[in-house]
Amino acid sequence: MQLTSTQSIASALALASCSLIGQTQAAETVPANDDWKVDAAIMYYGEQDRVQAAEAIGNVQKAFGDSSLLDLKIVVDSLTGASASGAVAQAQSQTFTRPSGKGEYTVKAGDTPLDDTFHDTRVQLSANWQEILNQDWTTNVGMYASKEFDYLSMGLNAGVERSFNKNNTTIALSGAFTNDVVDPVGGRPVALSEMVFSADYNSDAEYQAAFDQTRLNGDDTKQTTDVMIGVTQILNRNWLMQANYGLSSVSGYMTDPYKILSEVDLNGLTQGYRYENRPDSRLKHSVFLMTKGALDSGVVDFSYRYSTDDWDITSHTLETHYRYYFSPSFYGQLHLRYYQQQAAEFYQPFLMVGDALPEYASADYRIGDMTAYTIGLKFGQRLSGGHEMTYRLEYYQQNPDSNGTEIPGQLQNYDLFPSVKAIVAQVSYSF
Amino acid sequence: MSNVLYKPLIKTALALAIASSLLGCSSLGVQPWEKDQFAREDMALNSEKLDLALDDHIYFSKEGTSGGRSLAGGGCGCN
Repeated sequence: MQLTSTQSIASALALASCSLIGQTQAAETVPANDDWKVDAAIMYYGEQDRVQAAEAIGNVQKAFGDSSLLDLKIVVDSLTGASASGAVAQAQSQTFTRPSGKGEYTVKAGDTPLDDTFHDTRVQLSANWQEILNQDWTTNVGMYASKEFDYLSMGLNAGVERSFNKNNTTIALSGAFTNDVVDPVGGRPVALSEMVFSADYNSDAEYQAAFDQTRLNGDDTKQTTDVMIGVTQILNRNWLMQANYGLSSVSGYMTDPYKILSEVDLNGLTQGYRYENRPDSRLKHSVFLMTKGALDSGVVDFSYRYSTDDWDITSHTLETHYRYYFSPSFYGQLHLRYYQQQAAEFYQPFLMVGDALPEYASADYRIGDMTAYTIGLKFGQRLSGGHEMTYRLEYYQQNPDSNGTEIPGQLQNYDLFPSVKAIVAQVSYSF
Repeated sequence: MSNVLYKPLIKTALALAIASSLLGCSSLGVQPWEKDQFAREDMALNSEKLDLALDDHIYFSKEGTSGGRSLAGGGCGCN
């Protein structure tokens, strides 16, 4: 018995040394005594005829000894282009008052109304401190701030992780609190108030007085509390799995101040436009399951997310990344994602003239029925000194669907649920 | 009414699922010297954190649900 046990230890040691030798290449890319790690990326996101965005992101990680890690991140993005306003296409051209109340824009006959007012730059900063307390316990705390012209978001987060079962199992509990301040251009619209037009008034002063009647003074806030519990489990020598449950409670201003609904008659003719209104509380649940495996010449992961909330938005997301190493320093990666969403209970593509106004209504396709898919390719090149350069190109398409609303008259001639097609291009550098 | 009936059932099912998976965990896993594959940088759960952050931002802005993989990480007025 003694002999067998010694043999088994010897073979285990031999196996362990082989593994260490096998790791030499990987270890070279991340020198153990290098306390700094920098990741930077530039991304372009462009929708056909709609939003264009450029985003730069930088992340610096600094280790202090073996137990402390500081993470600093900065994101700067710039947005321009047009976004669906929520109004429906018509046989005639349509004129809309800009959200600021100053000026108008016109949409051609037959076109889906897009509001081209959007130009925004956002800066986001975040910092996170991770402390390994001992072999079993790790904690982290962080803060977050994001500022754009009409929006400020600030948050705190903290988490704790406990490892057991020879570090094969980790349970993580984390929480975050975020306070957002919304200060829309032109003010917050009065819920479901009617859009006014300067052409209907005799003077600018009269128009301005009427416009002001559709607006509320001052900014508004939104508070988000997130709690998440997750389990990560090593299954065998190559595979691990992760399961998360997340609860998110949001209260405050969640209306999109720039979205409207067309009010149409039985022939489908638009008689006016009203500003949308959403509930001021939302409770969301999510379950996320992922498995990730180390392959001889690559890595693969599969994940599924289920999300549901008291707005009745339910979604299913399936996603996979598959990486293949053509050589030790060059890889290609395929990314596939499928998303399916069920509309919020108050979503409706338009309002009907003569119907009683609902308390809440939004024609924002992003909370309507929808499927979406992403297909992406990424290539990574490991350079000398542990540097790495990657290129990513993805195609993202959203296919909004009808929620079953009966489409009256001339509206049947138009695609009320047009697809949105976007390209994502990204270059990243790490050292 | 159906919600009232289903909620305790869902909660019980979730509790059972979590409890059974935790019990199952104690028999899963590998010895410390068998973790070479998990030491690989590309096997870390956040090995592509910039990509994941950028993706989260896109999907957060364009879809009705978000998060799940990690805490949503703060808001923005993204259109």
